[in-house]
Amino acid sequence: MTKIWSIPGGIHPPENKAQSLQLPLGEVSLPEEMIFPLNQHIGAPAEAVVREGDQVLGGQLIAKAKGPVSANIHASTSGVVVAVEERTLPHPSGLSGPCVVIRPDGEDRMVEFSPCEDYTALSHEELLEKIRAAGITGMGGAGFPSAVKLNPRGNQKIDTLIINGTECEPYITADDILMQTRPADLVSGTQLLAHLLGNPARVVIGIEDNKPTAIAAVRKAAEGTNVEVASFPTKYPSGGEKQLIQILTGKEVPAGQIPATIGIVLQNVGTTVAAWEAVRYGKPLIERITTVVGEALETQRNVVVRLGTPIRHVLAEHGFIGKKASRLIVGGPMMGYALEQDDVPVVKTTNCLLAPSKKELPPPAPAQACIRCGMCAEACPASLLPQQMYWYARSEDYERLEAHNIKDCIECGACSYVCPSSIPLVQYYRAAKGTMRQMAIEKEKSDRSRKRFEYRQERIAKAEAEKEAKRLARQKAAEEAKKKLAGQKAEGKEAAASAPQADIVAAAVARAQATQKSPEEEKARLERSVLSAKGRVEKLHEKIATAEGEMKEKLAAQLKQAELKLSEAESKLAAFDGSSTATPAAPAADDPVAAAIARAQAKMTMAPDEKLRANLDSLRERLAKAEEKLAAAQAEGSDKVDALQAGADKLKEKIAASEKELAELGPVDPVVQAPAEQDAAAAAIERAKAKAAARSSMSDEDKLRDQLQSLEGRLQKAGDKLAQAKAEGADTVDALQTGFDKLQGKQQELREQLRAINPAAPELQDPAAAEEAPAEAPAAAPDAAALAIERAKAKAAAQASMSDEEKLRDQIDSAEKRLQKARERLAKAEVEDDPNIDAFRGAVEKSEAKLEKLQGELT
Amino acid sequence: MYELLITHPFISALTALVALAVVFGGILGFAAVKFKVEGDPIVDQVDTLLPQTQCGQCGYPGCRPYAQAIANGDAINKCPPGGQSTINAIADLLDVEAPTLDEEHGEESDVKKVAYIREDECIGCTKCIQACPMDAILGAAKQMHTVIADECTGCDLCVEPCPVDCIDMIPVEKTLADWHWDNPANRTAVQHHDIIATDKQPSNDQDQDGAAA
Repeated sequence: MTKIWSIPGGIHPPENKAQSLQLPLGEVSLPEEMIFPLNQHIGAPAEAVVREGDQVLGGQLIAKAKGPVSANIHASTSGVVVAVEERTLPHPSGLSGPCVVIRPDGEDRMVEFSPCEDYTALSHEELLEKIRAAGITGMGGAGFPSAVKLNPRGNQKIDTLIINGTECEPYITADDILMQTRPADLVSGTQLLAHLLGNPARVVIGIEDNKPTAIAAVRKAAEGTNVEVASFPTKYPSGGEKQLIQILTGKEVPAGQIPATIGIVLQNVGTTVAAWEAVRYGKPLIERITTVVGEALETQRNVVVRLGTPIRHVLAEHGFIGKKASRLIVGGPMMGYALEQDDVPVVKTTNCLLAPSKKELPPPAPAQACIRCGMCAEACPASLLPQQMYWYARSEDYERLEAHNIKDCIECGACSYVCPSSIPLVQYYRAAKGTMRQMAIEKEKSDRSRKRFEYRQERIAKAEAEKEAKRLARQKAAEEAKKKLAGQKAEGKEAAASAPQADIVAAAVARAQATQKSPEEEKARLERSVLSAKGRVEKLHEKIATAEGEMKEKLAAQLKQAELKLSEAESKLAAFDGSSTATPAAPAADDPVAAAIARAQAKMTMAPDEKLRANLDSLRERLAKAEEKLAAAQAEGSDKVDALQAGADKLKEKIAASEKELAELGPVDPVVQAPAEQDAAAAAIERAKAKAAARSSMSDEDKLRDQLQSLEGRLQKAGDKLAQAKAEGADTVDALQTGFDKLQGKQQELREQLRAINPAAPELQDPAAAEEAPAEAPAAAPDAAALAIERAKAKAAAQASMSDEEKLRDQIDSAEKRLQKARERLAKAEVEDDPNIDAFRGAVEKSEAKLEKLQGELT
Repeated sequence: MYELLITHPFISALTALVALAVVFGGILGFAAVKFKVEGDPIVDQVDTLLPQTQCGQCGYPGCRPYAQAIANGDAINKCPPGGQSTINAIADLLDVEAPTLDEEHGEESDVKKVAYIREDECIGCTKCIQACPMDAILGAAKQMHTVIADECTGCDLCVEPCPVDCIDMIPVEKTLADWHWDNPANRTAVQHHDIIATDKQPSNDQDQDGAAA
């Protein structure tokens, strides 16, 4: 006798199995239309391999398994495929899904099955393939593809095969009638499965003791085989997979695991027979035994029904009285579900169609409050705490539900059955389990989303960084190129200055050169122009000698022009010579001086100082211009004179202010910075500047010359006006005459002054010529003015950066020079017995006095 | 020394306590350095609770920035895709009262949505691709684009940039895979599918029958 264990909990609902066992196994006629849902099993839906209009035979494959966990679907009779479309599914959700719809032709032709006499001759793979091809799925409840279940993983050694003939749920007798009618097939099927699983040590068919006929039949068939037939007391839900394993082996399947992990495989009797048929006769799963029961039916019995037959058709054949029925249930009263429509088909898992009357299965009583009686916990076959889970499910506390192992709930409904408050407990668990599954899916998706988002962010950041790096590289390259270019330029300039230094030096040199044109160059240029003018004059002379008539006149005119130009050039050269002789050291010193300045400036950054100086320069420039304008205005007697005068005054004030600032800044700045080095540098600058200033100390003379020129211009104009006035006999003649006289006086005075400074000045060489050709003066004036401005700027710049002492020294130097010159001139005058000897002597005396005074100041 | 400790139990006790304090202080100090937690764990915890739609309806550029903001004290009711359940979960985590959803940021929708590109009208401008925080749109310039529905979070961000308005947000249909039983507490009387409990009365009848027999 087989040892039987017991399970915790469990209930004893009324069995109601007798009704359907009164009549023998029947058959259902062909319906007008058959529906084959593509998803009647656990796993991926099958893929339809027929199209609308296709002719199919019974047993022909109409939908192919897709993926490892899936099952083939076969037509259960011959006919035409009328549609592959969405139809309502036999599912508690009432959702629709893809179905193949076939209209039977009534001939019920079958494809030829390929039987197999000796399955032991086939390999394991071939056997599995036969079962898989037949589309066998678990026929007890969930519909898990059998081929997968019968092919456990390599590390799972199966030592027990259990065939489940328990059928514990009330009303259902489909397995009972199968065992009664085909026990031999069941035993053969059991042996087949045992063979497939490598002949496990124990092969047992478990049958509840409420089916004595079936037990006797199977025992008889199993005689002489290794198949054990065990019967055990009736109790719901003994037929649950885990419960039956526990009853027959005493082992518990660990939570969240499948039985194969403890070496057990369990199959339903219906599945076993179907597998046997598939291997032995090559017959796919196209029909099954279904219990049709309920007081709303005239006939209650078990029938062999072709899969795909609409439930409506089955019910109609059994005299279904719609008025009497409270509802229509697929499956048993404990775990089944109510159908909303009866046009859904019978599928592989449809083991019972229950059409109870209102009296038989009245609508549920309204749920009342939980009284914490604890009966549910006593009834639970999985040893859970249904009452606690109910509270947590109500408050949607999924963490606690998880902690209370809601996943181990088999949804048997024993708790609901015993609940005195009629609380639909199992419905709560089903809903909570569904929600938790949904949440897990969503969690997984949100984790994936987060990862994707983070990857994207990372990718964008990387792209940005790359862009930025590229941009920086480009910027750097551009800077380097710029530096290189600047370096080349600086080298070019420094090559001339014979002092290869950095940018700043080059820039400084450039500035120095801009403000002080090399006198040597200037002289060379002037000499060149004189030479070319001379050459032209000579040429013209030659031409005149050869030319005749009109040509001669033209040439004469040209000659005159050339001569004029020559004289101009010569005068310029002379003026330049004068200025350069006044500063004998200057020309030679120029380049080194500039270099010195540049070097010194490179050594110390005198930013504010520099700025001020630049400011001052521009101010001076403006002043010079303003004075020019003023002079012009005065000459013309314009009304703007006052305004211009005011402007010039303002400019002067500004210059004075700037100079003062500069003077304040000058000595402070260098000390603040690196003192030792900068003092030296400053000294170098001062020295250089002093030299530069010395060079431009001829400004007095130039100024005089300027004034003289402008005076001459004014004189000319005044003369013109006077002549005009005289000719017209105007009243203004007298006034004009006095003005003219005055101007002449002034001119004379200026000439005297100029002569005192520089007797060699060209203006004095030929004052008559200058007066006779006044047109020349304005032409020469701008150049002279520009030169003067240039020199004045240089001087101002030099002075600005000088300390008082330096300035004094500077002045002394220039005074000494002037004295020297004056003495020379005096000596010359004495030799030549010049009438101006007195004036010369006065100038010498004056210079001596000034020098003395300056020296006194210095000491 | 030993003598001193023996004769003065107070000093010995003090010495022992100081020694213990030094030892444990050292261990704690070492642990504080060695097992220092990088970043704010609260941010991570809040981030896992958020729905990761990255829709920006909360006003932050993504769920993590909002989690950061919550950790810094921002309101927890700014996430319409997460809805009340997310608010409850965050409130639970932070141990605060759960407020209702701030409607200013959008309304909670029961229906999950997914973007769908009407491919005939797509001009291949890639604007939606750039807008998608999930990289869930596939396509290239001047090529038709399409949405990878499994990766789409229904955040809506691709709809606005589309120059030809060819993106629809369509509700995700319930399939057998994601169907589950309704909570009976939310069910109306009409929808009663409960079968089990109602079987009890016949059981009583039968018991009576049995007794009678």
